[in-house]
Amino acid sequence: MNLAVAAQIISFLAALVLLSAFGMLVQRRMYGLIHLFAWQGLFLSISTAVVGFVAGKHHLYISSVLTLSLKVVLLPYILHVLIQRLKIQKEVETVVNVPMTMLIGIALVIFSYHLTAPVREISTLVTRSVLAIALATVMIGLLMMITRRHAVTQIIGFLAMENGLFFAATSATYGMPLVVELGVALDVLIAAFIFGIFFFHIHTTFDSLDVEQMARLKEGD
Amino acid sequence: MNPGPIDLASISVIILLCAPLLVSLLSRSQRLLIYSGFALTAAASLLAVFAGAWTVWSGETQKLIMLIGLPDLPFHLRLDPLAGFFLVVIGLLSFFVSVYSIGYVKGFLGKRSVTSLAIFYCLFLAGMYMVVLSDDALIFLISWEVMAAASYFLVMFEDERIENRRAAFLYMVVAHVGAIAILLSFGVLAGLATGFGSFSGYTFDAMRSAHFPTEWATVAFLLSFFGFAAKAGVVPLHVWLPEAHPVAPSNVSALMSGVMLKTAIYGIIRVTFDLIRVFPWWWGAIVLVFGLVSAVMGVLYALMQHDLKRLLAYHSVENIGIILIGIGLAMIFTAFKLPLLAALALTAGIYHTLNHAMFKGLLFMGAGAVLHATHERNMEEMGGLIHLMPWTAALFLIGCISISALPPFNGFVSEWLTFQAFLLSPSLPSPLLKLLIPMGAALLALTGALAAACFVKAFGVTFLGHWRGHHRPNVREADWPMRIGMIMAAAACLFLGILPTLAIGWMDAVPQQLIGTSIGTSAGAFGWMWLTPVAYQRASYSGPIVFFGILGIVIAAYLLLHVRPGAIQRVPIWDCGFEKIDQRMQYNATSFAMPIRRIFGFLFNVKERVRTSQQTVHKAFPKKLYYSLHVRDRFWGWLYKPVIAASFWGSRKVGRLQQGRIQAYLIYSFVTIIVLLVFLR
Repeated sequence: MNLAVAAQIISFLAALVLLSAFGMLVQRRMYGLIHLFAWQGLFLSISTAVVGFVAGKHHLYISSVLTLSLKVVLLPYILHVLIQRLKIQKEVETVVNVPMTMLIGIALVIFSYHLTAPVREISTLVTRSVLAIALATVMIGLLMMITRRHAVTQIIGFLAMENGLFFAATSATYGMPLVVELGVALDVLIAAFIFGIFFFHIHTTFDSLDVEQMARLKEGD
Repeated sequence: MNPGPIDLASISVIILLCAPLLVSLLSRSQRLLIYSGFALTAAASLLAVFAGAWTVWSGETQKLIMLIGLPDLPFHLRLDPLAGFFLVVIGLLSFFVSVYSIGYVKGFLGKRSVTSLAIFYCLFLAGMYMVVLSDDALIFLISWEVMAAASYFLVMFEDERIENRRAAFLYMVVAHVGAIAILLSFGVLAGLATGFGSFSGYTFDAMRSAHFPTEWATVAFLLSFFGFAAKAGVVPLHVWLPEAHPVAPSNVSALMSGVMLKTAIYGIIRVTFDLIRVFPWWWGAIVLVFGLVSAVMGVLYALMQHDLKRLLAYHSVENIGIILIGIGLAMIFTAFKLPLLAALALTAGIYHTLNHAMFKGLLFMGAGAVLHATHERNMEEMGGLIHLMPWTAALFLIGCISISALPPFNGFVSEWLTFQAFLLSPSLPSPLLKLLIPMGAALLALTGALAAACFVKAFGVTFLGHWRGHHRPNVREADWPMRIGMIMAAAACLFLGILPTLAIGWMDAVPQQLIGTSIGTSAGAFGWMWLTPVAYQRASYSGPIVFFGILGIVIAAYLLLHVRPGAIQRVPIWDCGFEKIDQRMQYNATSFAMPIRRIFGFLFNVKERVRTSQQTVHKAFPKKLYYSLHVRDRFWGWLYKPVIAASFWGSRKVGRLQQGRIQAYLIYSFVTIIVLLVFLR
């Protein structure tokens, strides 16, 4: 596979990642959200494998497999179970309406391209063009955390942010050292568990997973 | 190697730092704890006095570098005559108070555990010694904080009372605002000494050898003066003092008022005369003006008080003012290159520092003895204690005479020296100062007179007349350790009053070190009998002659008017035809202070109200009269209330950031990231 083709494939996968990020921003149903998240993980995993193949970095295959097993299989499964156990309603409420969120998301993408312009000029990597998309994915994940009210959607936003960071790492520097990546993967797993425990407690305390309820914890004047 | 004074001083500090271990081991046997703990602090204090006196006597400077503390930033200790002098001041009173405490603290036995009192007492003393011994900014600030924190816990000792907690909190706030200013000041000095890139400027040696540009030196001076003034209780930063001193146990108030305030004086002298060295005259003018304001306001506030310890606390404000007058004059004279006069004014200032430590310690110990016996702080409820507590009364009277600056005791000598410095100010080259400074002398004279009036009130109402209170407690004289502590302080007052020439000759090393000139040769030109600060034609004072003269008059009066048979007859008092005269109708503190309250009332926030009871037959014959009087500090309303209100307002505004909604917090971080990416990429 020559470099030009690889660059094309990676760009295509990056576009899919961005698309799934936007999809998550728009998606109103909980299961749909989790599926989109799993899809994003899949694209990420494939693009990691492609980068590893092109650049000859074989440890990226391990990262790719890790991503596949964690973000495509395990975490969506945990979230599924959580939703069923806690009998969470399937509709997702948003704070800001969807078209508005989309517009902000588009603005963020443009902003990321603007930000990474200097990097793209000096970089020589195959993957340099996708750095902007990685950054945009991070910011869209954060945006999702801001605009959603439900705790489960917030953790999906958080995990989407993590996806973006991972993508940025592979695209900007051909991935971090393996030890670091293993650590990060473990962190994500543990974060998911902790979130799960917290969800359970929040649910028993407030009878809901709507984070608006937590405003009641605020210290009064 | 022969142990030098600095080794002795370090051993003393180490003893005090280790004493809390012993004290906490003994906490099961409280009585043993009191005896051994305070005996240990007394011994350590004596050691410090010895080290300090030796240093001042020899005029030598010793240094010690301790390789503990932060890596690459060792602690520097230094014992020069200035530090030695303050070591003597602190150590001497600490010794007296430690002896006194053996008796005083026993009063708490059976009521509450005194373990914490003993522990923090040791740490407090250790902190004060370390402040004067330290020779770099780091250990100075550490010791300063140890001292502040320990005294905070001492003020908090009887923490079940809300006034103690409030006073301790106020003290903590003011102390820390001051400490921040001192920290910034040292930061400026250290940065200018070796450049802001390196840390080596934190030693005082580096600051000494540096040359500071005037504007930055001024910033450093103003910051440090603010910080030390907050600790010293200079008006208008004095508000914590009359709250904290009365509620602390009396032995602690004696130390706080007598010597802790002096560490601030030490700091001012150290920073201006030793670290910065070259300064314009108006720095001295600032110190002088604040000193004058503190002296006058302090004594006027004191006159309005009827809580004995609160009254004494306000007098500390006054005396700190007098000390600052001396130091301010010394700074002005130094700036105008008049070293002899500067040495005179500085000697007056530090002599008053020593004197104030002695008599204020004595007075607080006396007040503590009264409190110990009567469990009453309000003077209006006391009276006639001279019959029940003759020792305490006599010793308290000595303290009163000393603080009122009357011969033959020590207060007179130092205030007289301050006046000499004032009266020599016409030799200044600036006509404006020539005109203005003598007016300061007039204010100082007013202060002295008002202080005398105040102590006539304090002594008269507390010890003379009949018991004014409703129910009479079982009053017993102070026990022997308390008496011995007070007697030693009174003896020191007398000694420093009668033989000032010896004392000044001894402390000459301090002006010699700081200004390069001393007044010892001229002051003692006519032997130990006569004190001639500048020249004998100008002014002279002989303590021994005055003392024996007064003693002779007193003995003659006693023989003629008291011992002679028939000289004293006891008859019923004339009651002006009003038959039901009782003890509540005596002259009391409020009535004594009324004329002065009328004259200077505009300086206070006075609320005086008289109300007659409703159930009367006729307006002219009210059955009951209700009188209420509230005198408040105007500074509280002017300076502190706005600051408190502003900080609450600001906190409320900032508090709005706390939405309680996760989205809001996420937006904060999101916006922060975006802004940083836009501006810092």
